[in-house]
Amino acid sequence: MNELAQNIVLLVDRAWRAPFRFFQVLGEMLMLLGQAVLWGVRPPYRVGLLIQSMEFIGVGSLSIIILVAIFVGGVFGLQSVEAFRMFNADGYVGSAVSLTLTRELAPVLTALMVTGRAGSAMATELGSMRITEQIDALATLAVHPVQYLVVPRLVASTIMMPLLTVVFNVVGMVGAYIFAVILKGVDPGVFIYNIRWYTDVGDLGMGLIKSTIFGLALALIGCYQGYNASGGAKGVGIATMRAVVVASVAVLALDFVVTDVLITLGM
Amino acid sequence: MADPAQLEAPDDPSRRSERFQLRVRDVHKSFGEHHVLRGLNLDIERGKINVVIGGSGAGKSVIMKHLIGLLKPDRGQIYVDGDDIVQMNQFVLNRIRTKFGMLFQYAALFDSMTVEENVLFPLLEHRRKQLKRSQMREIVREKLHSLGLFNVEKKYPAELSGGMRKRVGLARAIVLEPEILFYDEPTTGLDPIATRNVDEMIADISNKLGVTSVVISHDMASTFRIGHRVSMLYKGQIIASGNPDEILHNPNPELREFISTSKAVEMPPLDELTEAP
Repeated sequence: MNELAQNIVLLVDRAWRAPFRFFQVLGEMLMLLGQAVLWGVRPPYRVGLLIQSMEFIGVGSLSIIILVAIFVGGVFGLQSVEAFRMFNADGYVGSAVSLTLTRELAPVLTALMVTGRAGSAMATELGSMRITEQIDALATLAVHPVQYLVVPRLVASTIMMPLLTVVFNVVGMVGAYIFAVILKGVDPGVFIYNIRWYTDVGDLGMGLIKSTIFGLALALIGCYQGYNASGGAKGVGIATMRAVVVASVAVLALDFVVTDVLITLGM
Repeated sequence: MADPAQLEAPDDPSRRSERFQLRVRDVHKSFGEHHVLRGLNLDIERGKINVVIGGSGAGKSVIMKHLIGLLKPDRGQIYVDGDDIVQMNQFVLNRIRTKFGMLFQYAALFDSMTVEENVLFPLLEHRRKQLKRSQMREIVREKLHSLGLFNVEKKYPAELSGGMRKRVGLARAIVLEPEILFYDEPTTGLDPIATRNVDEMIADISNKLGVTSVVISHDMASTFRIGHRVSMLYKGQIIASGNPDEILHNPNPELREFISTSKAVEMPPLDELTEAP
């Protein structure tokens, strides 16, 4: 009974602290972002490191993005054909796929894929540098770790995410075309015509704005978790796990908020 | 305890030629409930080997991180050549750190870089305008050779022994010819011969370069072999400071217990000390 009471107290205590901890972590992340901005505008500008990060985040994620996009576009095309045929409206498959991809699926799924691949790698790399004192070593060599490690990753992710989203859009559309037109016999002219008629620059813009925000958020979370890792190999594992979980949830939550704001703004 | 006469703030720039290059005044630091530093006062003598001793978990590494500006105290001042680094913004502090070199406990070499790239790194960061790449490589080779490291330039840290890694770490720390060198437990995890080699290396660098050395250690044999000034940390405060002889003749019971338990050095009996005039 005593043990049960103790556990209840512990549980209540944890639940009580959770919101404080959330705002504390959010505040620390924003401070890291602020530091990154301050150090990012100061020379030296580490173009080499930026290109390396862009290569890792962008080029490195290309194959997984293409693979996911082709299947997502394909399965979405397939489902849409089945659904729209019930109303004899399968000509609208192209527009349904393109609108959904550009506004929602491409930025969100690209962000989730990049989180799994690059966000986790950032947390692991920075985390193991932290526990082996390599980050402290950078500081003692008068090289600020935020400028050297965090800034290139944040900038690279923010630049590469919209580009990967464009790739996702294109490949997803190709996937949908293959499944809907070639396999299911939707008229190709109508398919393409409806994409052009219903999808405009605003839809693409909405997706790209979202993906830029997601890119910054996932890199910030990955870097924050790694930068603040502690407790040996286990600590690095926890940092990586948190980077993936927190960034994935953040992407979905941000998607909701940003979509609402952009729709309110008339996009 | 530190001499109260030294407790005044050394804020006059003309004091830069003074005896103590680093001065810590009334520094407090807590981590959650754990009060690690409790009003710490410490003086680091210019051009000498200063050893800070203390038990495991006493906060020796925490002091080191404060001296180098990696941690900010909750309260107190830390002066480097008369400038309080606690009050500095991160940009100025980063510039001050070019005066520092540090050898970490496990060397903290960048594991994705070769030995040459590790030692080259500070030069590429801070001497790019003054030196050509070929000159930098020459300096790197020279530093590695001076520490007895040959044909290791293209190796990665994982391919080196613990002692070799420390020497590479030292080469990286001295390549910019800093004014102050910090050593965090330099002999931990080394065999007796490697320990003696590292001790000789520290003494050698101190003599040749005339740098101020700050060594954090719990190795009594090393401390009394190389230290010019020894300070004992106990319960978040420095309880004794002085040259090795003064430390050996200090009657403080915690200090005596700590040194005598190690059995590395012989301490004069307590009654002899109390009888002394």
